[in-house]
Amino acid sequence: MGFGPLHRHDRDAAALVLTRADAPARAVAPLRRRGVELALLAIAVLLSVYGYCDVGLARNGTVPPGAAGYGAGLGALALLAHCAVRLRAPHADPLLLPIGVLLNGLGLVLIYRLDLETPHDLAAPTQLVWSTVGVTLFTVIVLLLRDHRVLQRYAYVCVVAALALLLLPILFPAVNGARIWIRIAGFSIQPGEFAKVLLAVFFAAYLAANRNALAYTGRHLWRLRRIQLPTGRAFGPVLAIWLLSVGVLVLERDLGTSLLFFGLFVVLLYVATGRTGWIAVGLLLAAVGAVAVGWLEPHVHGRVQDWLHPFASIQAGRGPNQIAQSLFAFAAGGVLGTGLGLGHAILIGFATKSDFILATAGEELGLAGLSAIFLLYGLLVDRGYRAALALRDPFGRLLAVGLASILALQVFVIAGGVTGLIPLTGMAMPFLAQGGSSVVTNWAIVALLIRLSDSARSQYGGEAVPS
Amino acid sequence: MTRHIRHSAYFCVMLLLALLANAARIQLLDAGSYNDNHANRRSQIARYHQPRGDIVVGGSPVTGSRDSGEQLRYERTYTDGPLYAPVTGFASQVYGTTLLEHVKDGVLSGTDPALKPFPVMNNLTGARSRGGDVVTTLDAAAQRAAYEGLDGRKGAVAAIEPATGRVLALVSSPSYDPGALSGNAAATARSWARLNADPDKPMLNRAVRQTYPPGSTFKVVTAAAALDAGVVTDLDAPTDSPDPYPLPGTRTTLMNEGEGCGDAPLREAFEWSCNTVFAKLGVDVGVRRMAATARAFGFNDTRQRIPFAVAPSTFDTSMDRAQLALSSIGQYNTRATPLQMAMVAAAVANHGQVRSPYLVERTTTNEGATVATAGSRPARAAMRPETAERMKELMEDVVTEGTGTNAAIPGAIVGGKTGTAQHGLGNAGVPYAWFVSWAQNEDERQPKVAVAVVVEDGSARRGDITGGGVAAPIARSVMEAVLNSKD
Repeated sequence: MGFGPLHRHDRDAAALVLTRADAPARAVAPLRRRGVELALLAIAVLLSVYGYCDVGLARNGTVPPGAAGYGAGLGALALLAHCAVRLRAPHADPLLLPIGVLLNGLGLVLIYRLDLETPHDLAAPTQLVWSTVGVTLFTVIVLLLRDHRVLQRYAYVCVVAALALLLLPILFPAVNGARIWIRIAGFSIQPGEFAKVLLAVFFAAYLAANRNALAYTGRHLWRLRRIQLPTGRAFGPVLAIWLLSVGVLVLERDLGTSLLFFGLFVVLLYVATGRTGWIAVGLLLAAVGAVAVGWLEPHVHGRVQDWLHPFASIQAGRGPNQIAQSLFAFAAGGVLGTGLGLGHAILIGFATKSDFILATAGEELGLAGLSAIFLLYGLLVDRGYRAALALRDPFGRLLAVGLASILALQVFVIAGGVTGLIPLTGMAMPFLAQGGSSVVTNWAIVALLIRLSDSARSQYGGEAVPS
Repeated sequence: MTRHIRHSAYFCVMLLLALLANAARIQLLDAGSYNDNHANRRSQIARYHQPRGDIVVGGSPVTGSRDSGEQLRYERTYTDGPLYAPVTGFASQVYGTTLLEHVKDGVLSGTDPALKPFPVMNNLTGARSRGGDVVTTLDAAAQRAAYEGLDGRKGAVAAIEPATGRVLALVSSPSYDPGALSGNAAATARSWARLNADPDKPMLNRAVRQTYPPGSTFKVVTAAAALDAGVVTDLDAPTDSPDPYPLPGTRTTLMNEGEGCGDAPLREAFEWSCNTVFAKLGVDVGVRRMAATARAFGFNDTRQRIPFAVAPSTFDTSMDRAQLALSSIGQYNTRATPLQMAMVAAAVANHGQVRSPYLVERTTTNEGATVATAGSRPARAAMRPETAERMKELMEDVVTEGTGTNAAIPGAIVGGKTGTAQHGLGNAGVPYAWFVSWAQNEDERQPKVAVAVVVEDGSARRGDITGGGVAAPIARSVMEAVLNSKD
């Protein structure tokens, strides 16, 4: 992958990369930090086991019988992943894997804790199985994918697969008003989750290949030099993605996923082309789409109304709705929280373990615990961006930005939804929420970030000397 | 490209900051309003998560808590529900709380800050104290004597200790089991509907929330006013009152039940409850001084709390003389709660001093450490001490040789006054039978108990509805119970 003729913007960018590259080349290269990763993993596992024991102690006064097995299982998974990283990605960022393990472990604790309220409907064992599948997939990706640039060749395979996965649930009956699940052999699978990663790969590859064409053609708007409208030809794919997003929304009634796809594409388009015009176009299209759908689709319209007036159902005498119950749960947590096992987030009723899992965290761990969780996600995204900044190839950079943005957007959309910041859209809190497809997908994202960060951090110490 | 990666990273930072700021808004700034929202079930869950503190009578609790195993975990139970219902009230998960359960809810449910040994620490952790206990002034034996004396007939009994104002018995009949309203099951709703539909109004606290025309028992107030005002100076001098007595300014005349009331001296008139004499005395005293005396006894006090609110007893303050005449014999607009009439008897027994009645001796923590005590209540002079001594004489005569002989107790000095109150349209209702009295052991220096009894429908036969026949025996058994108790 060569750089095109240097544009003003890119000249700055290249200069930045060079200056940055000088400093870490000396300091970071010899350090692999695998020992740090192992120590952090031990802490992550211990924290999770502590949380598990805390739930039991708070509820029954005894350590739950499965504590040792749970700790051993999580520890074994962490160790498996760590060995794969040590073997095939020795230069990888040491924070990525421990954060994934900690969030996944905490999610299992929260789901186990909510299972105590619904003894007839246990979700933690299934979630543990899916976590195992996720870590296994992580291991497989780290072991088999030796160079992320290989993925570039499969860009169009990825997009076809992604579209197929997105369209698959239309053949299955709707669940809770959304056609996003398929049921196979008793397991619910949400194919849209996997599609996220595939689309990120495709977007990164497409934009890496076409970014110059997108960046340097187009018309100026009202003679303003900074705002440059893209040409119709370049505009085509964007429109296609926008239509895809709206299509997903209308056919599957899944506002969250369509928001995520569109946001992901706008971010990558901006990073690839550096054109603020894309952001303007993106926001305009998103606004038009959101307003239109908000008015036309009763399902979505209701969500907007619930967001604007969370207590309307109380005033109407119908009792608190999910949003109100979620707000009550967060408020009940206060600064320090009620303590694990002692909150009443189960009052939310439907989707307490999945979309609303954060309410349990907020109530039982308080603002302190909730902020810590947000910062963990922030750190994960930050590490993705660091890999993007350090990488040299545009595909790798865009892929790292895309994967990190998926996490960031997803956390924002669902966390903002359950805390009343934005209208609620059904989406899984990465790693925390009940949902097998989501956990597996998130482990795939972390695996790719490990691979990308390994490439980024090893290039200065290895043969790929910056030119 | 690097610059734009950084820009999008800044965008992610903004999203993170928005989430953190919003979390702080919900969990810190707005937390109070969310926690206080009536639709938020958490306060209910926390409230019923621990056993409620107990209401204590005579050293043993008359309440309890039952673990229902449901989301609202503990339900209120009552060891002797109907007996103490006019004191405890109910504590329902659906219908709220009443009476002591209501007024002392903070202590009983554990939210009262005074229960916390280290308030600041507990505020930070949000821990709720264990429910404290409410120790009442009730005398268990007197309470039971009153309840069994009424025996399900409509009526009420109030007994107080004259020297202090401690309420010794507070009974309303017919009563109900407040435990039937504790939970949130369908049976609770049925009990609630049934109790509210009951024509006998079992949930009405007749001792403090119902006013009756006090009838002749009000003559204690009129006599005290006449003596205090100097209208009567000699108990045995003729009162210059005609029988029948023409109500001033009208052609209506007032009659007596018995004979020999014309010009009767105060002692005889009181003994035999002469309407004519007291109607004239009231008119002679005048509305201003009558009203002042009534107010000093506690009438027209709209703010009385024992600690739950007591319905104000009334004595009209602007009347013509005919109305004053009727008011002075406890008719027309004069109305009193049984507790008020017990206060009238207590004032006579306590040298003319009225002590505000109170029901809660002290509140304690779960471990028994005192949180608050009743303390001494201020006294208010209802009549001069000399007048009180003469009133005691008059009331003793009623029991020894007058209409109240049914209240006599061997070995004790008892003073009383009967009453038969007309009511209803054209006085067509079955009259209320009243008896107010006080009692003192012969070897003690002052009366230990003052009591008021009202029976709404003591008998089907109209002639039997007299205070002396129906109400006095109940008062006697209550007084006996108090006199026989050890302290």
